[in-house]
Amino acid sequence: MGHGGGGQLSAELVEHIFAPAFGGRVLADLADSATVTLGGARLAFSTDSYVVRPLFFPGGSIGDLAVNGTVNDLAMSGARAAYLSCGFILEEGVEMSQVARVAEALGAAARAAGVEIATGDTKVVESGHGDGVYINTAGIGLVPDGVDIRPQRAEPGDVVIVSGPIGVHGVAVMSVREGLEFGTEIESDCAALGGLVEAMLAVTPDLHVLRDPTRGGLAAALNEIARAASVGVLLQERAVPVPAEVANACAILGLDPLYVANEGKLVAFVPRAEAEAVLAAMHAHPLGAHAAVIGECVDSHPGMVVARTGLGGTRVVDLPIGEQLPRIC
Amino acid sequence: MKYLDEFQDPDLARRLLDDIHATVTRPWALMEVCGGQTHSIIRHGLDQLLPDQVELIHGPGCPVCVTPLEVIDKALEIASRPDVIFCSFGDMLRVPGTGRDLFQVRSEGGDVRVVYSPLDALKIAQDNPGREVVFFGIGFETTAPPNAMTVHQARKLGIRNFSLLVSHVRVPPAIASLMQSPQCRVQAFLAAGHVCSVMGTGEYPELAERYKVPIVVTGFEPLDILEGVRRAVRQLERGEHRMENAYPRAVRDEGNPAAKAMLADIFEVTDRAWRGIGVIPASGWRLAERYREYDAEHRFSVTAINTQEPAACRSGEVLQGLIKPHECEAFGTTCTPRSPLGATMVSSEGACAAYYLYRRLSTPSTPSTPSTPTTPMEASPVG
Repeated sequence: MGHGGGGQLSAELVEHIFAPAFGGRVLADLADSATVTLGGARLAFSTDSYVVRPLFFPGGSIGDLAVNGTVNDLAMSGARAAYLSCGFILEEGVEMSQVARVAEALGAAARAAGVEIATGDTKVVESGHGDGVYINTAGIGLVPDGVDIRPQRAEPGDVVIVSGPIGVHGVAVMSVREGLEFGTEIESDCAALGGLVEAMLAVTPDLHVLRDPTRGGLAAALNEIARAASVGVLLQERAVPVPAEVANACAILGLDPLYVANEGKLVAFVPRAEAEAVLAAMHAHPLGAHAAVIGECVDSHPGMVVARTGLGGTRVVDLPIGEQLPRIC
Repeated sequence: MKYLDEFQDPDLARRLLDDIHATVTRPWALMEVCGGQTHSIIRHGLDQLLPDQVELIHGPGCPVCVTPLEVIDKALEIASRPDVIFCSFGDMLRVPGTGRDLFQVRSEGGDVRVVYSPLDALKIAQDNPGREVVFFGIGFETTAPPNAMTVHQARKLGIRNFSLLVSHVRVPPAIASLMQSPQCRVQAFLAAGHVCSVMGTGEYPELAERYKVPIVVTGFEPLDILEGVRRAVRQLERGEHRMENAYPRAVRDEGNPAAKAMLADIFEVTDRAWRGIGVIPASGWRLAERYREYDAEHRFSVTAINTQEPAACRSGEVLQGLIKPHECEAFGTTCTPRSPLGATMVSSEGACAAYYLYRRLSTPSTPSTPSTPTTPMEASPVG
């Protein structure tokens, strides 16, 4: 299970098994989406599978995730998603009313994101071989001229910005998971980020890196960028926006908010000279209203993320393993 | 949930640190008993901010780390049985037994489930009357009362397919054992606040007097720990040795009488082996004779356990504060969270894990690349 957690084991699986077996120059970039050239057009191309439990959670559903996740992967290349494919894997016995609710949510999310579901597929597996509904989506979109956003472009001096409070989606899902229900008002921040990215690109096409810190949280996203570009990331722990509900839930469970999943947030590496303008543009957009500078890219400790703690010490922020486990006490 | 921000306030922390710096005149070695305190210290970098004369020694208070290998191996054996649903707190799934861990048992088909309360395990027993449900009951005085309550509930509800695999340990005998060691360097203790919130402070004045050692009951947030250090250092500098409660918002002298009564009813004190340390007299609990039917060891009569501790692992010395994690030759080389030699490297309260996770920039024997992957944790899809 750890190999699917978005952490070190996931990275190992891709780097040591999938990438060598598949070959291909584009895959080697290991970005959220691939940028390919086809018929003279630069396309962003991405796929993702959604296996969330439960299917519905405060603020969203697997249908919203299946659209927004892939739309956001494309947005992290600077592309506005145009078309999605949608593959449903249904478990024998799942209520048709549940499937209908998921499909309606998926359609609504697609309309909200301005993307069309252009093709699809349905499979049914035997009872006991699935969790009700799994969804795979793939998407394509055009990358604007002059835009080159990749993890490898992070460089010392870049300012690191996060688009808003972190850990919200992960805590919202955990709050309704069987065996872990706890009272919280928090709702998933699941949203499509294409518009926010467009607003940022309108200020400067020279965004170096964008990443949506989904599974593995902010810590995983920053580590992946640090490693891809062989740069260090210095995080100011107190500058990271963590809502009180997330902090409290994490304190109860013994989790670190930096590792909790997000949907609808992005982290950006921006040239220092552009940072103020980009931040202002983000603040002017509803999905970036609480954007904050959380650190910088440095040339010391390449490949590692280090946090300056609230009290003035330092600590390493490692790539997470799979997902965190609550402590015993 | 107040107090999170208040007890991480940098200005207040600075004031406490200034006071500690102004008080210290010579070197002192303080042991924080609990692994949760160790992680808080390392995670917030408190040890980097204290005067050089104040050395923090990490103690044996990680419940996962001190659970004996033999008990882990028994858990692995029981969890492998097809008729068993084995329930555990998440921490225990990554702890290495002889040759494998509970995650591997699960991947081989064992029904191993992570629960967040022993009462969840009891519910699973109710829902699965045809199967045996075993809960891995480990930990200090903090986790023992809810586990005792679960056995109480099981009997009250007439649930017969539920049992506990018990390896509970008690802090005060461990403090006494440490102080009796000729190698002991500890000059003051930061006692574990959550343990005292259950048991009260009654056992500590006598320990402080017997071993002439200050004992300060301390919480887990950065300011709690700095206040504990401040009070301990103040006593040391004055030549005093008494118990002080620096965690009054959670700890009353009498503790939690209801929890203590539940413990006294369900459990009885026994000698207990601590992983890496050995048997400490009267340092543990087992189910009382009248609750024997709920004892998994009795129910499953696990035998032929042949434990093998890795020779290179020095976690016992780490747990006794005799060495720091990075002083072990295996640290970060042959022992990482991905391939741990001992529980201290995988437990979320383990001192070796704290140093590996948070201090790889400053621990000399660590590999220079950060690419060493670590063990699988529970995957819980959220997106």
